[in-house]
Amino acid sequence: MFAIVAGGGKVGSTVARTLLKRGREVTLIEQRLDRYERLEQEFEHQVQLGDATELPVLERGGIARPADIVIAVTGDDEDNLVIGQLAKEKYGVERVIARVNDPRNQPHFDLLGIRQTVSATQMVLGLIEHEVPEHELVHLLELRKENLEIVEVEVDAGSPCAGRRVEELSLPESTRLISVMRNGKAEIAVGNTKLEPGDQVLAILEPGREDELKRLLLRT
Amino acid sequence: MNAIVVGCGRVGSSVARRLAREGWQVTAVDETEAALTRLGEDWSGGFVVGHGMDLKVLRAAGIEEADAVIVATDGDNTNIVVAQVAQRQFEVPRVVVRLLDPNRADFYEARGLNVVCPTKTAIETLTDAVLGERTPV
Repeated sequence: MFAIVAGGGKVGSTVARTLLKRGREVTLIEQRLDRYERLEQEFEHQVQLGDATELPVLERGGIARPADIVIAVTGDDEDNLVIGQLAKEKYGVERVIARVNDPRNQPHFDLLGIRQTVSATQMVLGLIEHEVPEHELVHLLELRKENLEIVEVEVDAGSPCAGRRVEELSLPESTRLISVMRNGKAEIAVGNTKLEPGDQVLAILEPGREDELKRLLLRT
Repeated sequence: MNAIVVGCGRVGSSVARRLAREGWQVTAVDETEAALTRLGEDWSGGFVVGHGMDLKVLRAAGIEEADAVIVATDGDNTNIVVAQVAQRQFEVPRVVVRLLDPNRADFYEARGLNVVCPTKTAIETLTDAVLGERTPV
């Protein structure tokens, strides 16, 4: 597998290092000279100096072979978007992963066909929600390609499902419970798992089903 | 007719003023408030401070009713994104975008953007001037 990593900051250099360790072929592209010089000590000929939104730079990096995957993780969302579009639409790269620095730019990635994105900010937000008590429903993980998401809901005392077994619940369509956490211990949710008030339940579902799940697990 | 000019530098501000003189309702968008001075003291059009990729800013500038959007910030990639958002999401009938890089200009032109590339124009004009086929502008 041949990967091009655009952006040699903390994220890009770590990704490149990990891929190399796993025996993959990597070209890392960094446009800042000071950063490039530092990276060159470690990555040698596998790092190139240049602006990865410029076609000759991408081509020097080997994108036209084509690369199996392009990972656009610069600190600028507009750059990551353009790198992603060029990779997919000009060079026929099948897999493109782009970093979204500002979650407000996520709709632009969706609009322009960059479907696989990672957003550290969004993830940190999810983790913080997870740690804050008295939450309703927390988005833990978005699986964009699968069009599924993993959420956490705390079973409310007055909820219609309290005291009932999983197999007795009429779960919304395209929704499954994964696990139930009680008193700090988690269990996989199976048919005869009983739900109690205060349980933290992980569920996997299609985006848009959250309200139906909330109606079932929270107080009505 | 309503127009939005994203990027109020030398080029954007001049385009904004000329359109306004032709009777257009023009709103300029720029990241810095200082850019307002480029529009002149008699500027009676709109001005919104913010980044062109921010949907709130575009909506505040009236993109939903715009007949034309001119994108001319100093960043090619910002321009590429803003122009595509104007064209695809808001379906603005006329979107014109300034790109300095001839390669990206060719690629996005082929994909349906109305691109103006001053670098390409300069290359042609300079070359033609030397070859004597045209007098420099």
